[in-house]
Amino acid sequence: MIGIAELRLDGNAVGGLLGELFGVDLTAMPCTCEGCGAREQMACLDVYVGAGIVVRCCHCDAVMVRIVQGRGRTWLDLRGVASLELEE
Amino acid sequence: MRTLELDAPGWTDHRAGQHLDVRLTAEDGYQAQRSYSIASAPGDGIALTVERLEDGEVSPYLVDEVREGDQVEVRGPVGGYFVWDGDEPEPVLLVAGGSGVVPLMAMARQRARVGSETPMRLVYSSRTWDDVVFRDELETLGVDVVHTLTREQPPGWTGYSRRIDAELLADVAWPASESPRVYVCGSTRFVDAAADGLLALGYDAGWIRTERFGATG
Repeated sequence: MIGIAELRLDGNAVGGLLGELFGVDLTAMPCTCEGCGAREQMACLDVYVGAGIVVRCCHCDAVMVRIVQGRGRTWLDLRGVASLELEE
Repeated sequence: MRTLELDAPGWTDHRAGQHLDVRLTAEDGYQAQRSYSIASAPGDGIALTVERLEDGEVSPYLVDEVREGDQVEVRGPVGGYFVWDGDEPEPVLLVAGGSGVVPLMAMARQRARVGSETPMRLVYSSRTWDDVVFRDELETLGVDVVHTLTREQPPGWTGYSRRIDAELLADVAWPASESPRVYVCGSTRFVDAAADGLLALGYDAGWIRTERFGATG
């Protein structure tokens, strides 16, 4: 059995998908947690990949992003993100 | 391990440390996707060095099945965080656990390719000497390489033989006073242990860039 701790990846793992959705690579972009206010680059956040994808704050563990894909569409829930900074 | 060279029309040249996503689609429409680091230096094509993970969905196909001329679907290059371009002034510490060496190899190759004189040191943890990937080439790149073999050591081995921890890093890492750039790649457990060890040496968290790879291939 693989423990939950070993299933934890980081934001690099969703770089390709988010890059496709946003049209720009987000891995180095700062992202602020709605829960604790920590500001981290997307690559540093904790990522769990299962039937969907959950991105959690690496400081307070709050859920920041949820992504589910199926039936030809993508559901993107960003409720846990206070702000996402995109480079011009 | 197997190295695959891809020819991707329309590909934007990558940066050292980036990865790409490979997606396979079965005849019944089932899809599986994994990320693989690019081992080659920028400007030198796309080489993926893939470790075969038992029970994996994608890596056994890439290592055992795929033939020259086959087509796979790729997305990338991906990543603007775990990258090193070769013109950064700080000394570089690369910390690799197993096949986590692959994106770090792209950085070592990039350093050689651009003729950079930036000091670069690789601390590389493998299970056995036979598991060391790029073993011969690593000796030719002008990078200091420190091996540790955690499971089995060849006769007469005088190198390290334990997992990377704060004590080992204290021996081999650049002093914190040099504000090095650090890239750590390996399993989640490996990356956490290495990052904790570096923080204990007084490294600033902002100097340390990490990339974790998954337990499923």
